[in-house]
Amino acid sequence: MTARTRLIMFLAAAAVIAGFFAAACSRLPPFGTPDHPYAARAVAAALAHRTANTVASVNFDIRAFDTLGEESILFGTVLGATLLLRRARDERHRRAEAERVMPTTRLFGTLLLPVTLVVGVYIVAHGQLSPGGGFQGGVVLATALHLAYVAADYRALKRLRPLTFLDVADSLAAASFTLVGLAGLVAGGAFLENVLPLGTFNQITSGGTVPVLNAAVGIEVASGLIALLAHFLDQAVELTDPDQHETGGD
Amino acid sequence: MGIWPYLAAGWVLLVALYGLVTSHNLIHAIGCLAVAQSSTYLLLLAVGYRRGGTAPVYSDLTPGTRPVVDPVVQALALTDVVVGATVTALLLALTIQLRKRHHTVDPQALTGLKG
Amino acid sequence: MGPAALLPLAVAIPLLGSALLAVTGRLLSRVGCDIVATAAATAEVVCLALLWTRGGHLATAELGGWPARVGIVLAADPIGAGLALLVAVLVLAVVVYSWRYFDEPRGQHAGVFPALILLFEAGMAGFALTGDLFNAFVFFELMGAAAYALTGYRIEDPRPLQGALAFGVVTSFAAYCSLLGIGLLYARTGELNLARLGRGLAGHPTDLLTVVGFVLIATALLVKAAAVPFHFWLPDAHAVAPTPVCMLMSGAMVELGAYGIGRVYWTVFSGPGGIPHGAFRTTFVTLGVLTALVGAVMCWQQRHLKRLLAFSTVSHVGLFLIGVALLTPDGATGTALYVAAHGCVKAALFALSGVLLDRYGSVDEHGLHGRARALRPVGLLFAAGALALTGLPPFGTGLGKALSEDAAGHWQPWLPAMFVAASAVTGAAVLRAGLRIFWGLGPVPRGRPGEEETSGEGEEPEIRSPRRTLPPTMVLVPAVLLALALALGCLPAVAGALARGAAAFTDPASYRAAVITGRSASSGAHEPAAGWTTAGVLLGLLSAGLATALAATAVRYGSQPPRWHPAARAVRTLRRLHSGHLGDYLAWLALGVAVLCAMLAAQT
Repeated sequence: MTARTRLIMFLAAAAVIAGFFAAACSRLPPFGTPDHPYAARAVAAALAHRTANTVASVNFDIRAFDTLGEESILFGTVLGATLLLRRARDERHRRAEAERVMPTTRLFGTLLLPVTLVVGVYIVAHGQLSPGGGFQGGVVLATALHLAYVAADYRALKRLRPLTFLDVADSLAAASFTLVGLAGLVAGGAFLENVLPLGTFNQITSGGTVPVLNAAVGIEVASGLIALLAHFLDQAVELTDPDQHETGGD
Repeated sequence: MGIWPYLAAGWVLLVALYGLVTSHNLIHAIGCLAVAQSSTYLLLLAVGYRRGGTAPVYSDLTPGTRPVVDPVVQALALTDVVVGATVTALLLALTIQLRKRHHTVDPQALTGLKG
Repeated sequence: MGPAALLPLAVAIPLLGSALLAVTGRLLSRVGCDIVATAAATAEVVCLALLWTRGGHLATAELGGWPARVGIVLAADPIGAGLALLVAVLVLAVVVYSWRYFDEPRGQHAGVFPALILLFEAGMAGFALTGDLFNAFVFFELMGAAAYALTGYRIEDPRPLQGALAFGVVTSFAAYCSLLGIGLLYARTGELNLARLGRGLAGHPTDLLTVVGFVLIATALLVKAAAVPFHFWLPDAHAVAPTPVCMLMSGAMVELGAYGIGRVYWTVFSGPGGIPHGAFRTTFVTLGVLTALVGAVMCWQQRHLKRLLAFSTVSHVGLFLIGVALLTPDGATGTALYVAAHGCVKAALFALSGVLLDRYGSVDEHGLHGRARALRPVGLLFAAGALALTGLPPFGTGLGKALSEDAAGHWQPWLPAMFVAASAVTGAAVLRAGLRIFWGLGPVPRGRPGEEETSGEGEEPEIRSPRRTLPPTMVLVPAVLLALALALGCLPAVAGALARGAAAFTDPASYRAAVITGRSASSGAHEPAAGWTTAGVLLGLLSAGLATALAATAVRYGSQPPRWHPAARAVRTLRRLHSGHLGDYLAWLALGVAVLCAMLAAQT
């Protein structure tokens, strides 16, 4: 197809889709409707399990199985990136170079890194109480480590980043979500059942398995994200282009 | 507000599709895919909005005193965000390798598979 | 163990297996990794076999102890559990096939390939067993993410990367369309559970919101099922993915799309406030016929063996779509059996082309002409697979095809001809390739310069030690798979169980009762007959005979009509549409969505 034919075909189809979608939207309940049946049931269920952050309760208790699938996708992506961004047969490894940074940048990074780490841990640990949780906190934790790359250089990041350990932590955290689910099956009779003591509402120990799963996801997201970024950064910093030393190419 | 938030979701999806159909750069195409995905966030959160509602977090809110917005769609959107980020990472990894082997990121220049 | 344990275990076992492989892969030897992977795959087969035999009409598991009104419920009837079992059997076959076949990366990457295969399995099993629409989306994405990475496995060759990108972008975009559809339905009903969604829709009249919601949700499933015009990614991805991955994608993943359409339609949209049966039947049978035809024509044109098999899958999925869209228990029975047997046969054929790739570094029908004479036993298996694909009795494909034909003939008397034609042409194409490659029959076809085609030469071999002997598992696995396809046709118990499953599958009332109240109600619907009939045997023999005649003619006189012939011109146009261009594929997707909306809206 020529670019023109393709565009005309797309525009015609898009016009039809737009018409149908708009017609469908006009039959939706009005924006801001007070009628949210599932929300009402989910809030009641979350409060019954003494979880103050109802979003966390939906993610880690009521619909925890979705999150199991989701963190498996993350786990699979880390494995997939490991596979796809491996060193090809014709590529060479080169050592990252030390780089010069401004002293203020270095100071900024040195100060910010521990603060960011603490914030990340806080967000993971308070996931069942306040907005945040394993996913959000995990991303903050992974970002913290990469401040070393911003404020120093790749060598500094590599020293801070025990990749083998992180890979294992990622896998173990992924497995622990399933294992908590199986524990629920054994102790309570249903997979992912919230079998731990529910604690006192609005305290850090409340919510039963919610904080446990939050922590597992926090560890997985942090270690998985660092590993994932490591593969991308290796590509950019440490691998030479296959054509630079090869005779022939493809 | 009426139905505008819902229509915006449809608009974002179609704009992203336009970008995908006409793309000359795989990185741009993957960006368009992320735009397509944001239409789902928009629709989910619009569907879950409740007039006068606050965040569904009861750490500083006595249950029953104020209406809250739908926590279920927020949880779905969170799942969706993670799914989207990971798929984007995988596709970018494929693009990096393709660039090395094919020396182009223009999908219109890829002719290895046809017929 | 009861279903409450078996259902979640079916997802948990491969997930744990994959995490175990990812941790221990770097410590274990290759043999150790293979043992762990095989153990996990075997455990999954056992778990799902138990579920299939003990599940009854509908087994449910309320996850987290939450009922369907709050949480996620897994629900398995014999069709869903059977499909998951097919996935598990194929994964076990793939793991055993890869024992000595596959050149895996070593060192810190060891164990990653089987770990991803197991994640892929978890995604497919979860998708087949879930009773929740959003959860189905999550598992759809899980199988997608694993499959994109596995497709692009050979990073030294640009073509797998291109195929994986097209696959990933098109499937992900379609998945987001689906999520929009889920959002629309959620806004209307405030539910995500399939059974409760169906009940919630009943309170509203059928309108454009229902139609658009259904079409958007169906988009992802149609892309996965590779229905025309959503199918373009499939031949690209299948031609380039590693052979073991092709076995899984063609054998089970694509069929999950057709299953998903049937499942979502029956549980959510089949009642009042949904899509009327007539509208669904007409639209999706049309789509199925189109898919079967395009797949068959394109299949016949190919010389790249894996691409040829991929188009044969497109054609067969068209037949499966017809069977699902008939909306009768008989159609569902036939399709279930057809899918199971086709999965085994197609996986066996891909495995055998993997042998060619291993021995000769090529899967090109023309380039390999007569070169594989030494592999006669492999050739015999290949020919048997081709005949099984045509529906030769007593293969399970034959029984499934006969039952589907019978069900389709009750609605439109000309539909069985469609089944015969599609299965004969695709089987003939495979047989033609087999006769040329393994027996060297006929003249060597001459290529035409400037033709729009993908040749199968210059493939990266999947293992780098050409002088070793052929690992016995590489022949044993396809032989066992073909024997399984034979057993599916010969054991009346299997067909009987699938017939009971089909009765439950097409009975939304008892599904709803079981999922919402948790009580397993026995299905009141009649159980369709599921045995061989004279007409079925004759139609199977007809397909096989036609295929043999077609293949023999093609081998003797060449497979293409002269260039000036109008048919040749039409075929060239069709081939040119398969351009390998991502933008084209998405434009076709948009067109498909628009046409589906218009067709369904016109009929409601």
